[in-house]
Amino acid sequence: MYTPQELRNITKELRTWIIEMITEAGSGHPGGSLSCIDILSVLWLNEMKEKDRFILSKGHAVPALYAVLSKMGLLAKEELKTLRKINSRLQGHPDRVRLPVLGASTGSMGQGLSVAQGIALGFKIDKKPDSVFCLIGDGESQEGQIWETALSAPKFKLSNLCVILDNNNGQIDGYVSDVMPIEPITDKWRSFGWHVLDIPGHDFEKIIKAFQDARQLKENGGTKPILIVARTIKGKGVSFMENQIDWHGIAPTKEVARKAVEEIEKNG
Amino acid sequence: MAKATRQAFGEAIARLGEKYPEIVILDADLSKSTKSDIFAKKFPDRFFEMGIAEANMIGTAAGLAFAGKLPFLCSFGCFLTGRYDTIRISAVYAQANIRLVGTHAGLGIGEDGHSQMGLEDVSLMRALPTMGVFQPMDSKETELIVKFLVEEWKGPAYLRLTRQTLPDLYPEGKVFEPCKLLSILENKNPKALLLGTGAGVSEAVGGAEMLSKQGISTCVWSAHALKPFDEKSLHSICHLFELVVTIEDHTVVGGLGTCVAEAFAKLNKHPPLLKLGVQDTFGESGTPAELFSKHGFSASEIVKNVKRFLNGSV
Repeated sequence: MYTPQELRNITKELRTWIIEMITEAGSGHPGGSLSCIDILSVLWLNEMKEKDRFILSKGHAVPALYAVLSKMGLLAKEELKTLRKINSRLQGHPDRVRLPVLGASTGSMGQGLSVAQGIALGFKIDKKPDSVFCLIGDGESQEGQIWETALSAPKFKLSNLCVILDNNNGQIDGYVSDVMPIEPITDKWRSFGWHVLDIPGHDFEKIIKAFQDARQLKENGGTKPILIVARTIKGKGVSFMENQIDWHGIAPTKEVARKAVEEIEKNG
Repeated sequence: MAKATRQAFGEAIARLGEKYPEIVILDADLSKSTKSDIFAKKFPDRFFEMGIAEANMIGTAAGLAFAGKLPFLCSFGCFLTGRYDTIRISAVYAQANIRLVGTHAGLGIGEDGHSQMGLEDVSLMRALPTMGVFQPMDSKETELIVKFLVEEWKGPAYLRLTRQTLPDLYPEGKVFEPCKLLSILENKNPKALLLGTGAGVSEAVGGAEMLSKQGISTCVWSAHALKPFDEKSLHSICHLFELVVTIEDHTVVGGLGTCVAEAFAKLNKHPPLLKLGVQDTFGESGTPAELFSKHGFSASEIVKNVKRFLNGSV
């Protein structure tokens, strides 16, 4: 278990890896990777047990996941440089055939949550104690398939399914609240039968606590699937990327990347 | 016994469920029609009613496969393959070991009309890398394919089934050879090869019998695998004929006729190919017999087409 302070230091380092990896690739999605890296770090480094599974439904944020996997020793640091390059296991969006630890192949919005539900259902049939975690996006929540799963997971009483919504309010064409508003998002999920937690998405104490609460709900015989709404900042950690829609899906130049890395190392 | 291939599937998978506890079934509010209800009654804990939400069903099935299950997911072929992107990414790209079962294939469903007819499902599924695409011609062949899909096939596969009853055609005692063309009717000095799939095979047999009475000898073969397609067998027999005719209750764009055209394109010389099926148009309401006739692949339309070609080419 890492302390919040240790996690703050680790995610500083992982943010620089994300920037470096995307810069080396020459393309990718810095904004949404930086908004979810704190959540992914707590989840993988602190919360997940060996047989738990994680599905990154918002597949474009995969540089954040590659960074965490590398930190855990599941990917060599050197390999991060192969992101998006020919013959790499690190495809631009998750490919579970090339890299099984990814759990599913995603990148087409709205799909990964259904897959996570299927794994959770499989665990339930076999009476396995393991959990399934799934990260979805707020832009992604505009997909109809998300709401098909929002409807079905409570029916199957999947308390072993914990979904985190990376609510960074950004998508390619603008702010989620302008493009196609999803609020009031907690009310929606609650009314579908989920146990909903609403937390600031870069506060390590709160993230740790939310996962602890989710685990307790399951272990105490809860029957509802769990949604953690994490209020995040797109591009978090790099001042000139924060809440800037243009940083959704472009790579920084080497010079801009250097500035970003300097800033991360200085401030965190 | 003559049955709809959906019925044969429902009975076969319920039997196999006893021996293979990893088999689970998902359905999207059509279990009475797809005949997955037989399994559901027998194994209620391994049947998942997903409601009218096919995309979620496909993704959930992929997840179940990743948790070690062997999911069969059932709906009408058009509704299932209509959720193409979910099949493409969650299931096929991810190499989920799942079996998509699309019933109510083709014009053969009759009165319900175009929106309920799987007419492009084979083309769509064939376009996906590694996807197996299978279509039995009768109840016996359905049993054999379902068993094959449980015991041998690895990776995603699509099984196309009919609403309507199909006559028994599978040769008595014949050992099943997966993914191979099968001879159904042999005649001496044949002019044409009638190659059918699914409901097209019984029409081909009917056509061959009528042609035989008129002194025109033909052979009938069937293709239960549209992918992988048995090009090797086709290459070895096609030179015996003046004409090859494909018969399918499906669009001729991307189905069996296209499989044969692709195989022929690899040969320096091959017989002409006549692709009977739905001619790049929409389905419609009517009785199956009326529709097969109007769209040109009933037994008597096969006769007319073969004679027209042979007369013209003489």
